[in-house]
Amino acid sequence: MKKYEKWIEIFLFICATVATLSVFLITFFIFKEGVPILKSYGVFSFIFGTNWSPTNGEYGAFPMIIGSIGVTLGALMIGIPAGITCAVFLAEIAPKSMVKIFRPAIELLAGIPSVVYGLFGLSIVVPFIRIYILPIIQKFHPNAYTSGYSILAGAMILAIMILPTIVSISENAIRSVPSEYKEGSLALGATHVKTITRVVLPAAKSGIIASVVLGMGRAVGETMAVILITGNMPKVPGGILDSVSTLTGTIAMEMGYATPTHQKALFATGIILFVFIMFLNMTATFTMKRMGEK
Amino acid sequence: MVENTKIYTSNILFKKQKVNMKEKIAFILIYAVAFLTIVALLSIIGYVLINGVKYLNVEFFIQEPKSMGREGGIFSIIIGSIYLTFVSIGIATPIGVCAAIYLTEYAKENKLVKLIRFGTEILAGIPSIIFGLFGFVFFVILLGFRWSILSGGLTLAMMILPTIIRSTEEAIKMVPTSFREGSLALGATKWQTIIKIVIPSSISGIVTGIILGIGRAIGETAAVILTAGSSLGVPSSILDPTRTMSVHVYLLASEGLSKEKTFATASVLIILVLCINFLSNVVGNQFMKNTKVS
Repeated sequence: MKKYEKWIEIFLFICATVATLSVFLITFFIFKEGVPILKSYGVFSFIFGTNWSPTNGEYGAFPMIIGSIGVTLGALMIGIPAGITCAVFLAEIAPKSMVKIFRPAIELLAGIPSVVYGLFGLSIVVPFIRIYILPIIQKFHPNAYTSGYSILAGAMILAIMILPTIVSISENAIRSVPSEYKEGSLALGATHVKTITRVVLPAAKSGIIASVVLGMGRAVGETMAVILITGNMPKVPGGILDSVSTLTGTIAMEMGYATPTHQKALFATGIILFVFIMFLNMTATFTMKRMGEK
Repeated sequence: MVENTKIYTSNILFKKQKVNMKEKIAFILIYAVAFLTIVALLSIIGYVLINGVKYLNVEFFIQEPKSMGREGGIFSIIIGSIYLTFVSIGIATPIGVCAAIYLTEYAKENKLVKLIRFGTEILAGIPSIIFGLFGFVFFVILLGFRWSILSGGLTLAMMILPTIIRSTEEAIKMVPTSFREGSLALGATKWQTIIKIVIPSSISGIVTGIILGIGRAIGETAAVILTAGSSLGVPSSILDPTRTMSVHVYLLASEGLSKEKTFATASVLIILVLCINFLSNVVGNQFMKNTKVS
């Protein structure tokens, strides 16, 4: 009887290791496929090379790195203020009945497939930029041109996509600020808004930072929405209205028809993406851990 | 003296009014941003549904796609999506539940267990395109499964594993210790207690995790396109390639094949996600009720 219980425990343990083994397997295979070309082509020329033309055997991933960073920063610039405001609204200001509508709505949006966001961007945001934003810019720079497929379009859609992450984690952080802090501040005569900006937000800082870092990871790793709206031009962009390729988009677009060397180069692109995301996620994890210890 | 006090109080009053104004403006701003965000978010769902639902009819669901999806319905795509989802859930559920049982009921806090937890957390943060790359080189090429439901299902199973582990863990943790003690006191073994007491009491929490996993599997595009292909035929075996609804939306949108079919398919996706969300909320609430009563 006891023996068979022992076997069950071993079996359960094996199941528990599957996820961690998967991480090792994924890391191993991405690096195994990508490292050879990084070695033969040169890490430096791969990361900083500005020319990506697989047909000529040139693999400079710099345009894609800039593209990914560009859409991500843009998304953060829109997403952070909107997200934190929403979190403050939900945690501090909104009446309970409103929270009951808002929170499920935001949770629901986290579940909408990214390709749907892409479809929306493609049919609304891209034409909007071409038809309404371009003329405004042309008033100042007559030579400006954009097809609408641009960093700006990508940033706008990504900003919406990272909102659920930022809002839900920030809201939790704000809610876990001890009420004594708030009471103390209010007792000293500070107004509600002042209490929020001077006491609550600083106290919830690490949770908010973690939410932003996780949102950033989501934006960098997002593929299907970005691929439909950024134009997929592997060129270093000159402004936010230019088309770009992202790391993720290039992999998804070119994998289907790539020659063996080209495929290896895409895996090397995957390595850059992987390292970047791992760095972001670990930063978020450690920030949250520190928050928990406090 | 009296006059002085008067001036003093009026000064305070004046200041107070000014502060109130500021406070009001800040509140209005917060409300405005929060509402704008919600409107922006909900308009995405609304826009896709309005443009898609009118094309939904019985033929759309029972006809096979013709001329690359430009005409006809999405019958084979629905079959493919269901098949792929079943395979991935079928693989991920037993492993995930067993892993969660181990982590909550058996694991002692040592380095190995910490590594397992850390690995599970990391796995949840890996972007889908990296899963796609891995699935492509490991399942499709190395193990020789080609572009198939099996390759796609295994890749998706890895992706949803952390979701299932996490929600099962949460559910098991909610089971009161007294239940376990009662069972053990009656002479049941640890495993009997788990199977007969712990799992039944946490079943709706586990089901919620599975439902969330289904949602993720249905919405996934990037990983699926690299591992399950994009063939339009009805799959006859687990080694056949297939196309899921999200992949269909992506291919139709990126190639501009048919606006009508794109939005129709996308609205089917959204309706599915809405149902899944609703279902997981209902089951989750049921779970909360059950644990409260006990």
